[in-house]
Amino acid sequence: MNSSGFTPPQVEWAILAPELILITGALVLLLVSTFFRHRPVGNSWSMFTLAVTGAALISTIGLWRDVTGPEGVPRLGLADAVALDGFAVLVTVIICAAVALAVLVADGFLWNERLDQPAFYVLLLLSAAGGLLMGKANDLIVVFLGLEILSIALYVLAAFHRGKPRSSEAAIKYFVLGSFSSAIFLYGVALTYGATGTTNLGGITAFLRSNIVPGGVLYGGFGLLLVGLGFKVAAVPFHMWTPDVYQGSPTPVTGFMAAAAKAAGFAALLRIFFSAFGDQRLDWQPIVWALAVASLVVGSVLAVVQTDVKRMLAYSSISHAGYILIGLQAATERGIAGSLFYLLAYTFMVLGSFAVVTVVAGPGDDSHHLDNYRGLAKRRPGLTLCLTLFLLAQAGVPFTAGFLAKFGVIAAAVESGSYALAVIAMLAAVVATFFYLRLIVVMYMGGETEAASPDRAIELPLAGALAIGLALAFTVGAGLLPEPVLNFARNATLIGL
Amino acid sequence: MEFSLLNLLILVPVVGAVAVALVPKDNDKALTATGFGAALATGLLTLVVLSGFDASDGDLQFVTDRWWVETFGISWKLGIDGISLFLVVLGGVLFPIAMVGPNIHHDRKGYLAWMLVLEAGSMGVFLARDLFVFFLFWELVLVPMYFLIGGWGYERRVYATLKFFLYTMVGSALMLVAILALVFLHQKATGTLTFDLDELAANQSLAEGTARWLFLAFAASFAIKVPIFPVHTWLPDAHTEAPTGGSVILAGIMLKLGTYGFMRFGLYLFPQAAVDLAPWFLTLGVIGIIYGALVATVQRDLKRLVAYSSVAHLGFIVIGIFGLSTQGLEGGVLQMVNHGISTGALFLLVGMIYERRHTRQIAELGGLQKVAPVFAAVFTVVMLSSIGLPGLNGFVGEFLVLIGTFVTHRWWAVVATVGVILAALYLLWAYQRVFHGTPEGANANFLEMTTRERLVMAPLLALIVFMGVYPKPVLDRIAPSVATLVDHVEARSDYREPVIVVAEPADHNETSDTAEAHE
Repeated sequence: MNSSGFTPPQVEWAILAPELILITGALVLLLVSTFFRHRPVGNSWSMFTLAVTGAALISTIGLWRDVTGPEGVPRLGLADAVALDGFAVLVTVIICAAVALAVLVADGFLWNERLDQPAFYVLLLLSAAGGLLMGKANDLIVVFLGLEILSIALYVLAAFHRGKPRSSEAAIKYFVLGSFSSAIFLYGVALTYGATGTTNLGGITAFLRSNIVPGGVLYGGFGLLLVGLGFKVAAVPFHMWTPDVYQGSPTPVTGFMAAAAKAAGFAALLRIFFSAFGDQRLDWQPIVWALAVASLVVGSVLAVVQTDVKRMLAYSSISHAGYILIGLQAATERGIAGSLFYLLAYTFMVLGSFAVVTVVAGPGDDSHHLDNYRGLAKRRPGLTLCLTLFLLAQAGVPFTAGFLAKFGVIAAAVESGSYALAVIAMLAAVVATFFYLRLIVVMYMGGETEAASPDRAIELPLAGALAIGLALAFTVGAGLLPEPVLNFARNATLIGL
Repeated sequence: MEFSLLNLLILVPVVGAVAVALVPKDNDKALTATGFGAALATGLLTLVVLSGFDASDGDLQFVTDRWWVETFGISWKLGIDGISLFLVVLGGVLFPIAMVGPNIHHDRKGYLAWMLVLEAGSMGVFLARDLFVFFLFWELVLVPMYFLIGGWGYERRVYATLKFFLYTMVGSALMLVAILALVFLHQKATGTLTFDLDELAANQSLAEGTARWLFLAFAASFAIKVPIFPVHTWLPDAHTEAPTGGSVILAGIMLKLGTYGFMRFGLYLFPQAAVDLAPWFLTLGVIGIIYGALVATVQRDLKRLVAYSSVAHLGFIVIGIFGLSTQGLEGGVLQMVNHGISTGALFLLVGMIYERRHTRQIAELGGLQKVAPVFAAVFTVVMLSSIGLPGLNGFVGEFLVLIGTFVTHRWWAVVATVGVILAALYLLWAYQRVFHGTPEGANANFLEMTTRERLVMAPLLALIVFMGVYPKPVLDRIAPSVATLVDHVEARSDYREPVIVVAEPADHNETSDTAEAHE
């Protein structure tokens, strides 16, 4: 693994293709847009971004058969620093889907708010590239690289609504706490290196298999890694930033952040803890158990008392993190598959929800209070039905992807004997259902006082409608015919397991 | 594989719901035609199933079984037997009635669409033979009911509907974990991952303690749905606030999901645990009977009174099931159907009273018999059937339950019998206050039953009389399946049905004759 003397590693372009496409696309966009600063270009920017995302997706999905299944061989590249396996491909799909949906939602939003379009898409693409890198990083340093690329772009995106103090506040909060967590993560990398002499995940496993390592430094190492990534995925008790940042950021950014940052964070978490520390699972399972329970309970209980829809969805995303942690806690193949399927389903449900929230909020991106949703069903029955379906899916109602997602992780927990965790998770789901229903009640049955601004028509831009439609198609489609998606998640195995 | 009719029982309402959703909102005629048409078609299909049902066969019929999610061992398996047959038919009868019987004051489209989704869901619960599919439908029925109560209910509907939803979900939460535990323990023991109910019941090697825990987790879910005392508190609220059609379905179909669950899953999957814990459930059932009746007596709200009477009636079904005797179980199944008919009819009548008087307070009503004799007559028949008067349907089921329980668990049956008397007390007393005396004020202008209302009530009255006078064809179809279930329980537990029953001339045919002899 660690050779003395520097030999430039063989670069395997195929492995890095999606990242390179996204970054090149971002740079081209940045450059070209400077020439067209004052000319009307219609929707070219968003179309271009979609095309780049599509290209990145295609460049990876074509490799699916080569790296999974009985004949597939997962690959390592760049001196074993990155891995291309089914897991990496699935994470790529999740993040690219998140980008595509976020672009569709942002299109109308940026026009209405008169915000700089190319810059937004450039940052989105860069951030996604970081997320992809986290999904395939086989070395702690590369995880850190990906984490920073993802985060720094997100800090800027959070502040993107320039005229709004809330947006800047969110960005500062996210930046300060995010930098802290990155530092903590890096410290965890250092300690792990101190204990094992390598940052390569395969190397760490090999070292731990052949040596007896005194607990302290190693525990400190993976403990701090867990803290750093726990921050990114908004697991309790590292969730403090989530409600404020979700509330303050421009709504399409919130959606993207909720989906992609969480997916990337969990991708790194799953890969590090399964491949590098897989043999130490008895040491970290209790910690993850506690994190999962705390996220489930705090997320769903605090969501109940929120009156701001974005804050409510923030707490709901915290409780979703709890469910995904259940898959990690199980530490089985079913657990990974469960977590991955959950991330996939969650991406569509949460972006669909935020797409509707963006549309309902209207100009200024300000109307997020529950009162703004009062009697919405009378004004926009179709839109309300879509949001209702997304919320019900998040609550885990049958025949939606959300139910199968919960089912998958709970099944993993039960299979591995964590009955208590499974019961707590299901009871937390009941509490969570309460606040999803609360919003639905307001929309359908809250007609008495009529909406705060009933005269304002809610405009649904075409791109936004497309985003909502796509998210809905997946949410319901995967609920009715789950087999292909479940198999997709099931075959997305990690290298070296 | 042959296409089973049972698929259509689920598919037709779903297609109907989608069709209703596509009809323009203001076209009431087309909406009703589509919605009612779909429900009626489903109802006719249930009758086709009924006529094609082989009465001598206690096993599953009309089975369809194909993989759905093969990697998880989940199959789309539906089947029907004597226990579910009449509940399915009951659904086929009650849904069309609930859809056109009561007046719908606003948003007919939503009401009809949700009703059809609810019908598909309930059919699914009764027909599913795969635990995963069962759970899907079990959870699914909550959603339409939630919207029906919340959207078309009375003043405190939002509170009631949330309470209903959350209560039921707590139960389901435990049940899902138990289902998964059962499946994975089965996988560990046999090597196959399957959610197939019959396979799980047939090859099972659970430790005694484990089986007991799993049974309790299932039971929690069913007990809340039934509801059994002390987890019944959602029911009076939900019933009182639900729109009339919602109450009819809630009482007629949804409460039966719980008792059906006890038979189909509780006894079938965990026979030994059910036998061991039976005294507890019998006790809770008896408490429910007495408590429900006493609380019903003191209600001032007519609808709430009927709701509490449901708690009492469901108590009979529970003791019939946990008495574990053949008659008790047959009576339990029959009583599920009977309660659906009579309580459904009672809710329709209470709804009609509310439509006319805009109150359900017993104190504000009075003397209705003078101004609306036909209405009063219909109410009397339905009420008497609910009380369990011989010759009407309620008697047969209750009687079988009491005999059956008496044989196996004597003292519980003795106490439960008091409930029959109490039922007469609270219903007759309520009738007296509402219908006797001289009508004053608004009561003097109480409208007589309209033709439409008569048409709605007619099928229910016919069933009440028919099943009271001649329950044999129904019992004949229930009996073989109940016998299969009892055999299954005996083969897998230390329970033995007392031989005395077989020695006496009271096997099920005779019993039904006895029932008739009592008229």
